[in-house]
Amino acid sequence: MESILELSGVTKTYGAKRALDNVSFKIQPGRIIGLLGSNGSGKSTLMKIAAGLMPPSSGQLLVCGEPSGQRTKALTSFMPDKPLTESWMRVKDAISFYKDFYPDFDAAKADEMLQFMKLQPADRISTLSKGMNERLQLTLALSRNAKLYLLDEPIGGVDPVAREKILDAIVKYYNEDSCLIISTHLVRDIERIFDEVILIKNGSIVLQEEVETIRFSQGKSVDELFKEVFAE
Amino acid sequence: MTIVFDNNMPIYIQIMNYVKKQIITGRLNPGDKIESVRDMALELQINPNTIQRTFQELEREGIVETRRGLGRFVTSRESTIMQIKKEMAGELLERFVQGMRELGFEKDDIVAIVKDAVKDGKAESRTDRSE
Repeated sequence: MESILELSGVTKTYGAKRALDNVSFKIQPGRIIGLLGSNGSGKSTLMKIAAGLMPPSSGQLLVCGEPSGQRTKALTSFMPDKPLTESWMRVKDAISFYKDFYPDFDAAKADEMLQFMKLQPADRISTLSKGMNERLQLTLALSRNAKLYLLDEPIGGVDPVAREKILDAIVKYYNEDSCLIISTHLVRDIERIFDEVILIKNGSIVLQEEVETIRFSQGKSVDELFKEVFAE
Repeated sequence: MTIVFDNNMPIYIQIMNYVKKQIITGRLNPGDKIESVRDMALELQINPNTIQRTFQELEREGIVETRRGLGRFVTSRESTIMQIKKEMAGELLERFVQGMRELGFEKDDIVAIVKDAVKDGKAESRTDRSE
């Protein structure tokens, strides 16, 4: 099966600082991947490179077998950690903004998701709570029919109720032919929805493993493993 | 349907045990249709691939059968269901005996304690309360 995302030897430097150091991995379709790392480990840099928003300093990136570029951007739906919507917008404006911008935007799915998320089309985005805003961003990202979904910290700073709702929505609405990568450092609440995790530390991949294999062979949760790897 | 998951153990094994318990306790009967992978994933907030794996393993053990185009069903074979019962009882016993040994009880003591508990109905009232 062709991988949805393949990185080989990807390095990114910001001046003298190496944000990513020779990162290589492959991801198969139909999987939910946790990209786990502490703050400053290189998660967001990796997500931005995978989304095609930033070129790597060296190394190669393939999305569905194609080198990163305009065409792969059309296959990739990225939910950034900072919203792309403008403060003057209402929920419905954000939806039509996405609909205009992305030909693969599924308006029917967006309507269904808005209802599920209990978002009102007439609500002003500037008045939404952090949790409601995350719900909106997720709705926008998942309503596209993409191959690769990249969610950067979708549950960061969100209360437990909203967190549950967001996890429910991910399980309910993710497309099984695609691949979904979720970057987070909040492992415990979300590890049950992962197939596989990638641990990144100081810009390098420490581990790529099936979550059930971690539990089976080490008898520990992904959260425990995470804490061991990132202990200071 | 709710399961309190222990993230230290493979999730698919925990769901397998849950389904087995449902069968033993009669909440799922022989020949009953089982929920779809997607519905179960949603209900348990679990990755659908994990549910898929759960069913594959249950099928391998002969507990669940797939009928093409119709879905998945609990096996109608009583012998398989008895087998699960025995297995689960065995696991319970093993844990119990081990726990008692750790407390320092010997074989005969354990038997006496169990006899006593069953006779006085202590064991039953304990299970009533926990449910």
